[in-house]
Amino acid sequence: MAPISEKMHCAAILEKLNELIEFVEECADRFGLETKKKFGLLVAVEEAFVNICSYAYPDGEGEAEISCATEGDAFVFEIADHGRPFDVLSLPDPDITLDVMDREIGGLGVYFIRKLTDDVSYRRENGRNILRMVLKRREDGNP
Amino acid sequence: MEIQTKKEANATVVTITGRLDAVTAPVYEKAVIELITAGELKLIVDFDSLDYISSAGLRGLLVTAKQLKGKGGQVRCANVKGTVKEVFDISGFGSIFQMDDSVADSLAKLA
Repeated sequence: MAPISEKMHCAAILEKLNELIEFVEECADRFGLETKKKFGLLVAVEEAFVNICSYAYPDGEGEAEISCATEGDAFVFEIADHGRPFDVLSLPDPDITLDVMDREIGGLGVYFIRKLTDDVSYRRENGRNILRMVLKRREDGNP
Repeated sequence: MEIQTKKEANATVVTITGRLDAVTAPVYEKAVIELITAGELKLIVDFDSLDYISSAGLRGLLVTAKQLKGKGGQVRCANVKGTVKEVFDISGFGSIFQMDDSVADSLAKLA
């Protein structure tokens, strides 16, 4: 499997979601990410992008920068914004045991990012918030 | 995403096809809230042709379920499977929504 190193950037607006998902899916397919893991990745990517669209640029429009790369047998997705410093991973998990009527609307996005990736980390670098997600090619860990 | 609604004797079946994500969830919410506003109290959401759901999609389901419950109505989810089911399960939604293996099952339980 050839190494992948692809980048794209787009306006941080929901209208770009499909374009972003197609880009990541194409990279994940070339990498050979297991179908179930790819599905998890795409949900996590949507959650991260939607967070940037919703919160990163309260005063106007900004961009999201995306990269897909390989590190050995892992797929590495990074998404960056130029908004104020904010670590989305600092948010608490929602209470997923509550009944329908008591459920908070929201808070699930970051939870999905945590649950659907093998590793996720945040760093602030050159005025950018960067969220990095790593997924092994297969669930069982075999190449 | 496409939404189809079909009135059955004791409920309305809402069939969603494609992706329920941050872009399409508001369309789903609007369509279902219209049904509720028009007086429908029993809904069955058919997930058989749904390929993808994110937290925004679940939020859409939750908003409409709360509205229905507030009016004394009910919603049941039919044919939640595969990767969509996985998202339901890890979010805990699999246990807070009434899930059935088929639309016929849902209809029987609402009868």
